[in-house]
Amino acid sequence: MSFLNGIDIPGLFNYWVAVFLMMTGFYVVISRGNLVKKIVGLNLFQISVFLLYISMSKVDGGTAPILADGIEVYSNPLPHVLILTAIVVGVATTALGLALIVRINEAYGTVEDTEINAIEQKMEERE
Amino acid sequence: MGAHLPILQVVLPLMAAPFCIILRRSEWVWGVTVLVAWGVFAMTSMVVWDVHLNGTINYHIGDWPPPWGIEFRIDLPSAYVLLIVSLIGAVVASYARASVLKEIPQDRIYLFYTNYLLCLTGLLGMSATGDVFNLFVFLEISSLSGYTLIALGSDRRALTASYRYLILGTIGATFYVIGLGLMYMMTGTLNMADLAQRLPEVVETRTILVSLAFLTVGLSLKVALFPLHLWLPNAYAYAPSVVTAFMAATATKVAVYVMIRIFYFVFGGTDVFAEQGVAEAIMGLAIAGMFVASIVAVFQSNLKKMLAYSSVAQIGYIMLGISFVSVTGLSAGMVHLFNHALMKCALFLALGCVFLRIGSVEIKDMAGMGRRMPLTMGAFVAGGLSLIGIPLTVGFISKWQLMAAAFEANLWFVAVLIPLSSLIAVVYVWRVVEVAYLKPVPEGAAKLEEAPLSMLIPTWVMALAAFYFGIDTDLTLGVAIDAANSLLGGGQ
Repeated sequence: MSFLNGIDIPGLFNYWVAVFLMMTGFYVVISRGNLVKKIVGLNLFQISVFLLYISMSKVDGGTAPILADGIEVYSNPLPHVLILTAIVVGVATTALGLALIVRINEAYGTVEDTEINAIEQKMEERE
Repeated sequence: MGAHLPILQVVLPLMAAPFCIILRRSEWVWGVTVLVAWGVFAMTSMVVWDVHLNGTINYHIGDWPPPWGIEFRIDLPSAYVLLIVSLIGAVVASYARASVLKEIPQDRIYLFYTNYLLCLTGLLGMSATGDVFNLFVFLEISSLSGYTLIALGSDRRALTASYRYLILGTIGATFYVIGLGLMYMMTGTLNMADLAQRLPEVVETRTILVSLAFLTVGLSLKVALFPLHLWLPNAYAYAPSVVTAFMAATATKVAVYVMIRIFYFVFGGTDVFAEQGVAEAIMGLAIAGMFVASIVAVFQSNLKKMLAYSSVAQIGYIMLGISFVSVTGLSAGMVHLFNHALMKCALFLALGCVFLRIGSVEIKDMAGMGRRMPLTMGAFVAGGLSLIGIPLTVGFISKWQLMAAAFEANLWFVAVLIPLSSLIAVVYVWRVVEVAYLKPVPEGAAKLEEAPLSMLIPTWVMALAAFYFGIDTDLTLGVAIDAANSLLGGGQ
């Protein structure tokens, strides 16, 4: 059963969760018409990547990467640092996205993709 | 001081951005932006000259040696892109004053320049860095400020365009980060030169192949490679004129550079790009984009949108050059990177002048513009000729080199398709020329003044540069060929 080799669910549990979240978030971004819900999906999508990085930094038997006496094995601290940066980027993106939604709501009176498209269609016909 | 130029050119606009918020007065902020932009151009020129004389510069940030610390690595390809970005940044900043005053509310002007400087920082950082994760951070700096710049457009559709760009851009950037994570998993490094050394050992693993797929798709979104270009037309059409000229000439170009960097440098020690069908896939999409986007451009009534679709087509030419995996092809792609930046900048700057005077870029409002604003429309036609690829313009050089690469690769049908798609460019450029020069000035139309000199001079500098570099190709094509040689390991 060689094709089952990669489906080692207990051993690769974190990765399965990461991929599941990734696909869920991606699907929400594509399928939802509500602009706020799209941002929620986008967040889920980004956070799954954080999980992917954190999972790979785990070293078997290693502890948190803080220097202490009598400890030999540490987890890899670099992915943590990278993800700290990525979290900041994610927060900035979310803030900007939500700010844009507020402005869109003021300008169009709706945050539904289909209604905005209809309004824009009309604007284009008038031109 | 001289030794620190590689980082200073990126840090200067970054530091100037918050300074602009403190200054607030729009004239002062504009002055600071112009000073900083030309200062950056001067520093970049010095760095480029240094690279030309002494070869690659490795600058270790905080004196931490790579691969532990972040490294700025400026070799010929990155010097070339740095020069494009800083040149366009400086010219567009000089042009911006009158146009911004007309298109952006007074109380937001200082925020515009702040974001402009941040966007410049991000793009320069992306071109200079030698660390793939650092590149992601600069990518996000330029993207986030880019979304804000687009949202400053006066039409309300600018807001939705910016929002859609934000969603797709973030997906692209996140794909890029996933790709990096998978590479890091297999190699334990993020330094580009280090990655290039370690990747050949593990390149056969599925992890690395998946990482290449994520990187390709993510960057294609940023590049706006057909069919992932959907964010681009509205973003360019409804952004303020200055932003469109700046972003069209730099943002997608730097993304293309990153793609070249990943395919030919990071994966340079392997033949995975040529062997795994990536090159063929990109070639197919590039050719499809050249035709589909050009045809769509013909039917646009908004001229900015028309040029935006034409940008998608032109990106097709650049990507086509890259997909040949040869020195000729890669140099064709890189020379078109520069040439397209020049001509698109000239075209969008000319449209900015038109918008300043008549407040519209709809084709129906262009009747008789050739007589009403002769200097502006002259620059537009000059840019249009380059877009088509008439001999003695830069567009001709790019297409000539592309066809040479196609013949070299024995792909004669591709060589035929290149001039064929240029014919469509003739159609959409001619549409504008016909309305602007052959239609009479509408009766009762107010007499128009030409755009102010502060806008006309940068526009014509770009338009004339598009002719100059079409005749003297030593600087552009020469450097592009050297850069391609250095990426492909000294010629094959």
